Amino acid sequence: MTSPTDERPTDERSAGRPVPARRADDRPVLAARDVTVHFPTKGGAVHALDGVSLALHRGRTHAVVGESGSGKSTLARTLALVQQPTAGTVELHGAPVEAARRRRQRREFAATVQLVLQDPFSSLNPLHPVRYLLSRPLLLHRPKMPAEQLETEMLQLLERVALVPARRFLDARPHELSGGQRQRVAIARALAVRPDVILGDELISMLDVSLRLEVLNLLATLRDEEGLAMLYITHDIATARYFADEITVLYAGEVVETGSGEDVTQTPAHPYTRLLVESSPDPSPESLAAGPGGDGERPRADAVAAEPPDLISPPSGCRFHPRCPLARPRCAEASPPSVEVDDGHRARCWALTDDEQYQRGSAA
Amino acid sequence: MTATTPATAPATTAQPRRFRLRLTRNRKARAGLLILAVYAFVAIFGPTLVTHLLGQSPTAFTGQVLAPPSAEHWLGTNQDGVDVFAQLIWGTRSSLLVGLIAASTSTVLSVLVGLVGGYYGGVLDQVLGAVTNVFLVLPGLPLVIVLAGYLQGRGGSIAVAIVIGVTGWAWGARSKRIQTVSLRNRDFVTNAKLMGERDARVMGAEILPNLLPVISSTLMLAVVTSILAVSGLEFLGIGDVNTVSWGSMLRQAQERQALFSGAWWWFVPPGAAITLLGAAAGLVNFGVDEITNPRLRVPRAPRVKGGRA
Ligand SMILES: Nc1ncnc2c1ncn2[C@@H]1O[C@H](COP(=O)(O)OP(=O)(O)OP(=O)(O)O)[C@@H](O)[C@H]1O
Ligand code: SF4
Ligand SMILES: [Mg+2]
Repeated sequence: MTSPTDERPTDERSAGRPVPARRADDRPVLAARDVTVHFPTKGGAVHALDGVSLALHRGRTHAVVGESGSGKSTLARTLALVQQPTAGTVELHGAPVEAARRRRQRREFAATVQLVLQDPFSSLNPLHPVRYLLSRPLLLHRPKMPAEQLETEMLQLLERVALVPARRFLDARPHELSGGQRQRVAIARALAVRPDVILGDELISMLDVSLRLEVLNLLATLRDEEGLAMLYITHDIATARYFADEITVLYAGEVVETGSGEDVTQTPAHPYTRLLVESSPDPSPESLAAGPGGDGERPRADAVAAEPPDLISPPSGCRFHPRCPLARPRCAEASPPSVEVDDGHRARCWALTDDEQYQRGSAA
Repeated sequence: MTATTPATAPATTAQPRRFRLRLTRNRKARAGLLILAVYAFVAIFGPTLVTHLLGQSPTAFTGQVLAPPSAEHWLGTNQDGVDVFAQLIWGTRSSLLVGLIAASTSTVLSVLVGLVGGYYGGVLDQVLGAVTNVFLVLPGLPLVIVLAGYLQGRGGSIAVAIVIGVTGWAWGARSKRIQTVSLRNRDFVTNAKLMGERDARVMGAEILPNLLPVISSTLMLAVVTSILAVSGLEFLGIGDVNTVSWGSMLRQAQERQALFSGAWWWFVPPGAAITLLGAAAGLVNFGVDEITNPRLRVPRAPRVKGGRA
């Protein structure tokens, strides 16, 4: 999972962007280690996540791609300590963090890690003006702030998320704002505590297509300027490719492939990722902005779905085998090992260990 | 602060405003609200007007006993020679005041119990739920009669009102708990908790404002039911016998056999006042039901994609 970024081709999106060099001592800011989350239900335990590891680094974006129900939100919630993992740990700056039961711990953790949710219509209380929404995180983390400074900081936050003229937005209520504007307020709120990590759960999926690129670019700017580590959850591998440095593909609660954005999208190794990439349109910014429609219409991770896997008794062996075009008897019997197909590019599939031909195909 | 807000910036919040709008557009609710408004007006200004414009008092002897309605005594006089109209107007004030106190007591209790139980869940919720259930099955009226009889003379009608409030919060607590549970996992509540907000603030600033539309409409109904209860008690002679209220007017009329003496002006007006108030409450109730059913509406954007099960 340590791809040498200096070798990454410089295309128009990373041009002029100081890519932070990753050295061996570049410890992740926030990481999940072998996280397993099972939800007990009447019918049995829902295997939402099984042994998932993932690391977020300063100034870099890690995308998590997967269809509905693959466990993306559960992963984000676990990283935000909203969800207690059944097994495994969350590490902050290399040290495991306990679930923040106490409010003070909660607050300290929130000063470092901020979760921004998918739906800006429900993540902002409709009854509060922007002024209140922004002042709360500021005051919670710096309680003695004088009124004038509070005002200045709120205006600065709004300017940072390009809500200008900022003064106009301070007294607006969420229902007076467009979806994109609301999501910017939600992002400004997250930035208010000066976090190191932003966890974005399908940040743009509820937004108008025309606004998506704008919000993505805003996030990219913030990441580059402030060195934020970002988790970017999406259905849509095309935006992941455009926006993320690394991509992890989840299927039925398991990581099936992980690697640099280039590797995963250019030479996908896992059959599921291949299907995703094949069904995904041209990922150029123009087509993103002018895309055919919302998340529902755009080919996304779900588009490949025949039938979503049962998470209470997940398929034996490789969880993708009932849908896999390359499935072989062995696939239903044993879980495939993680294979390093390239430097920092790993996938879990028997075809990678068995088929010379498939491997060459993946490298092509 | 003279920030130029968007032109549409309203002073009130979106949701209660929308609820209020819908409530005043509903025909039944509008009629009920109008009647209630008249009652409120009479309760607030009536006594002053009666004293200063008509020169009548609800306790003074007028010199005429059991006089039928006339230009001087609009609703005649009773057996004690007191002006019935003045009594009716003063009675409106005391009846409404007592109802308001009882309803506020029960609303505050129901919001506290419902909000705290629904928000924290777990053992606390179960304990509060059990207490709620006990109060639900308690025979309310007999209890009120016993307690109010005991309190008689020790606080008068206000004590009776508080007793009614304390015995009548359970239903409200249930519905507020259900709504709190549905709000508890909303994203903005999760967000506030994630930020490290204190629980009291999450409940008070994030959840409670979203309960307000429903609280205010149920408060109105609670006022009316409490008035009916207090009037009933006063009719039975429980409560403060010296207060002029609809209930005490009816009791006196009954004791002095107004019906047999044909003094309809003595008992019909308070009876009609109570009946009309009950009808108004019924109308508002219908309206609220039409608006809030099948489920209470909390602002929510349509979800585009299928989320969790
Ligand atoms: N609190 C819960 N109790 C029981 N099951 C749950 C709970 N939360 C999530 N799940 C289940 O866990 C699985 C993963 O859910 P999750 O929300 O993480 O998926 P997701 O990848 O975010 O999907 P989507 O793209 O639809 O948001 C789903 O099958 C979901 O039904
Ligand atoms: S392990 Fe087998 S079933 Fe799973 S993806 Fe590979 S080939 Fe397909
Ligand atoms: Mg999700």
